[in-house]
Amino acid sequence: MITKRIIPCLDVRDGRVVKGVNFEGLRDVSSPVELAKFYSACGADELVFYDITASSDGRKLFTEILTETAKEVFIPLTVGGGINTVADFDRVLKCGADKVSVNSGAIRNPELINEAAKLYGDQCVVLSADIKRVNGVFRVFAKGGREDTGMEAIEWIKRCVGNGAGEVVVNSIDTDGVKQGFDLQMLDAVCNAVNVPIIASGGAGKIDDFITLFKTLPKVDAGLAASIFHFGEVKISDLKSEMTKNNIPTRNSGF
Amino acid sequence: MVSIVDYGVGNLFSLKSSFAAIGVEVVVTADPEILKNADGIVLPGVGAFEDAAKKLRNSGLDKVLIELAAEGKPLMGICLGMQLLFEKSYEYGEHKGLGLIKGSVKPIKDVIPNTLKIPHIGWNQLIYKKNTPLFSYINDGDCVYFVHSFYAADCDASVVAVSEYGAFLTAAVQNKNIFGCQFHPEKSGKVGLNILKAFAEMKENEIC
Repeated sequence: MITKRIIPCLDVRDGRVVKGVNFEGLRDVSSPVELAKFYSACGADELVFYDITASSDGRKLFTEILTETAKEVFIPLTVGGGINTVADFDRVLKCGADKVSVNSGAIRNPELINEAAKLYGDQCVVLSADIKRVNGVFRVFAKGGREDTGMEAIEWIKRCVGNGAGEVVVNSIDTDGVKQGFDLQMLDAVCNAVNVPIIASGGAGKIDDFITLFKTLPKVDAGLAASIFHFGEVKISDLKSEMTKNNIPTRNSGF
Repeated sequence: MVSIVDYGVGNLFSLKSSFAAIGVEVVVTADPEILKNADGIVLPGVGAFEDAAKKLRNSGLDKVLIELAAEGKPLMGICLGMQLLFEKSYEYGEHKGLGLIKGSVKPIKDVIPNTLKIPHIGWNQLIYKKNTPLFSYINDGDCVYFVHSFYAADCDASVVAVSEYGAFLTAAVQNKNIFGCQFHPEKSGKVGLNILKAFAEMKENEIC
């Protein structure tokens, strides 16, 4: 049986993980390579590396970090942030990324998804959508959630999947950082609109939030979170044990 | 030394790195002489069957692989590389494979309920069907990472493991010294590395 995926997301700036973390047995808490190895050994099913670097030097450093990580971590790696062209896809795939997530880059140029899917296959192209309710309507936001594009989110996602996006990360701006659980209403709307894997993001504060997510919306394939893993509020091993207890299929051995 | 066949299909970075991580000397090559001298050969592959089969034929590597397989050299196909080991594929038409394992490659969508998503992507459990030296260091029920829209069919004699995704899909095969994994061992964590380790330890003409 296919298992539900648990995905920690690492924000990387100038070659370092941005959010402070402190784990026992981890020598350098802001080294992306060390943290990726740690999560892999804890049972993370996949990792997202999000490049929030602005400078070109920082971008080069990110690519180097990615290469180093892919040499030592053997679970799927998704890379996002600063992906605007097919050349950006090429740059990160060569360094060992398995999937590439596009957000603002696809809003600026919707053809990007199409072009990348043709070159690398649908399974390689992940649409990441930052969504917020505006007057009761789900709207797509760009530039890290700062700019309202005016586009209706479900239509946008359908269009991107039609163009070849093989997975969708649904990041609810409304629940992000609130830690009161995933945005089940928003996720349900997306699940009913497209038939590709859906990754829930934004709002997880505790183990129960993941259990509720997978129990309520069986069509959701994965749960993504950042700070609750980085700060040790949720241990991946505990989360997976709890999923197993609740009969949610999960990978629970062989890390 | 393990050789990874370089025929211009897919990204070999992770595969190469995973052998290096378990201390196995590895060479990515298209040179028949190097392939001949390897202890084992890995045929990787991502993308379309037709294109990959053409590239193998145009480079003449198809004949080299068939010859070395007949001599008893351990050979392992991964993902599309596994599918290429079969007689033919029905991926967008009908295309000839290497014919090293009896069977054909067919669309998953024809055998699973249409409520399930295609591709079959993510971590799924191995369900053992037969003993194989490939699984010396792993256990029945271990999870491995899949990404595929087509599966190997009509190959009961060689199936060593399946995975359940609305149907039982071929996960791994063995025909004497010829092995195949539909999943990606290089992306399957420790379990995957242990499969690669078992393959790297195989000796020509000593496989049972």
